Amino acid sequence: MTHNAYRQGFPFATALTALVLFMLVAGSARAELLIRITEGADAALPIAVVPFAESGAMPAGDKVSSIVQADLTMSGEFRPLDPSKMLSLPSQRSEVYFRDWRLLGQRYVLVGQLNRTGERVEARYELFDVNREERILGETAGASANNVRTLAHHISDRVYEAITGDPGVFSTKLAYITLNRTGDETRYRLQVSDVDGKRARVRLESREPILSPAWSPDGKQLAYVSFETGKPVVFTHELATGERKKAADFPGLNSAPAWSPDGKSLLLTLSKDGNAEIYRLEIASGNLTRLTNHWAIDTEGVWDHTGRGIFYTSDRSGGPQIYHMERLGAEPKRITFGSRYNARARPDAKGEYVYYVHQRNRAFHIARINLKNGEESVITRTESDESPSVSPNGRMLIYATQQNGTSVLTVVSANGGAAYSLPAADGDVREPAWGPIVR
Amino acid sequence: MKFSVQSKAFAMLLSVGLVAGCSSTGDTMDEEGYGSDVAPLDQDGGSTVYSGADGDDVSSSGLSDDQRQAAQQQAEQEALRNITVFYFDFDTSEIKQEARDVLVAHARYLADNPRQNVRIEGHTDERGTKEYNLALGERRASAIQRFLIVNGASRGQLETISYGEEKPAVRGSSESAWAQNRRVELVFQ
Repeated sequence: MTHNAYRQGFPFATALTALVLFMLVAGSARAELLIRITEGADAALPIAVVPFAESGAMPAGDKVSSIVQADLTMSGEFRPLDPSKMLSLPSQRSEVYFRDWRLLGQRYVLVGQLNRTGERVEARYELFDVNREERILGETAGASANNVRTLAHHISDRVYEAITGDPGVFSTKLAYITLNRTGDETRYRLQVSDVDGKRARVRLESREPILSPAWSPDGKQLAYVSFETGKPVVFTHELATGERKKAADFPGLNSAPAWSPDGKSLLLTLSKDGNAEIYRLEIASGNLTRLTNHWAIDTEGVWDHTGRGIFYTSDRSGGPQIYHMERLGAEPKRITFGSRYNARARPDAKGEYVYYVHQRNRAFHIARINLKNGEESVITRTESDESPSVSPNGRMLIYATQQNGTSVLTVVSANGGAAYSLPAADGDVREPAWGPIVR
Repeated sequence: MKFSVQSKAFAMLLSVGLVAGCSSTGDTMDEEGYGSDVAPLDQDGGSTVYSGADGDDVSSSGLSDDQRQAAQQQAEQEALRNITVFYFDFDTSEIKQEARDVLVAHARYLADNPRQNVRIEGHTDERGTKEYNLALGERRASAIQRFLIVNGASRGQLETISYGEEKPAVRGSSESAWAQNRRVELVFQ
């Protein structure tokens, strides 16, 4: 079991378009999350990530191979070898002695070299299967010198995919909300960081609540609920430019945005016609279609993996439960039965599982239902769990929970095995949204 | 029991009379507030309130001194109106029995003062999901709104907003904190 705790700040670029006065530019790097690996999975694969050979001056900060090692550890699926235990430090195929790595109990070995030319760093890396004595990956990749984290995450993704067959998610982003209270002052901040909590940047800051960040499928925009005008309004926010648009500002609730797979429409919860109902908003035309019609609460709509149906929360049975509408307009079918409180469905991309918040006795956990056989199982051991968000490869899950009275983010493997948590440097961090894989 | 029911029914008549008397002073009610928004459920709620209002006092003091009666009523109504926060059980938007007299007093005051506006703020405790709680907070605020309308306030005076679990009255994760956070607040403006 490893236990890491490090922090790193990054300057905040002033990319926000100052549309409203309350949006302050956070000049300091107080946005960062820490990372704490709390639990490794028993079945983790042993891999040796050999420190890369370097030619030319490398930028200060974490080494590429250290970042790769941390990424693979974080996934819970790998158990990287401590470099101090390595018998040799090969950087190319001719230097790899499989017998040595077998002796150390390693299944895989990653070696590589970094070359700096001008402002660019190029990596040449090779991955070997120790038992088969075969090279299973040999590639080069480059990035600008101030972006070696991007380069390292890319290498981690390639290694992960070569071994597991599923795409890696180390290059994806997290969006989340931090909340700081000092005296009477409350600050909500919408932030975006790498999945390891590094390179966090504040995208919006407000005294009033910010809720429910949701990624567009291309990873370029977020939709969210902001109370900055005194009531809940849904905004879309272009990350590159900071340009924001009001997507829904109807009387009553405007909430729970979720993008369609084609990025052209949003599911929303509106109460303009009486009580909370789910609507589909076509963004370009502004056309609004009502999808539910019931006196009960209907909210937290999200598209299923086919992109034709939706999951949502309704309390029409007396308490919140998850429903599935296979086609828009079809008769909804209740899918959760295991307890009296099941809400906020988040399906994986393959259509195998749906994750949700589940009350058992007095505790709230994250549970998942197997859509093939209807089996519901609790996957978290923490007790005040909220806001599940599935990684785009379906193998990890991030959610918010309480630790010592503050809200932290926790990542677990999708079956609940390995875990790491991402507490904020100070204050609460909550409502994580795992961004898409952007190619 | 029969006596109690009769005296309550009598008090109800008296209450209605008082409201009618007040509204005949020249203030007109905004008719927009009425109509389809009044659900059958709340008409039940309304009648329950009248039957519970001030019944015992009325029957014990009698009707011999109308003015004293009215003054006492007014003092009681004012005292009731000091209460502006109403609490709910977990995952419900059902108005508690003890809140009803107070809400009736507010509704009457609003009927008498048509320029008075109120923001009805719905809140939940921290448990459960944030979006569901936003909707639940709104349902609580709407329940109070409908109750006030049924009892004489006009829709134009009332604005609802839900903060869900975002603005707890009390911080902490105890039963007591949760109970204090599951609430609707009336903010007079």
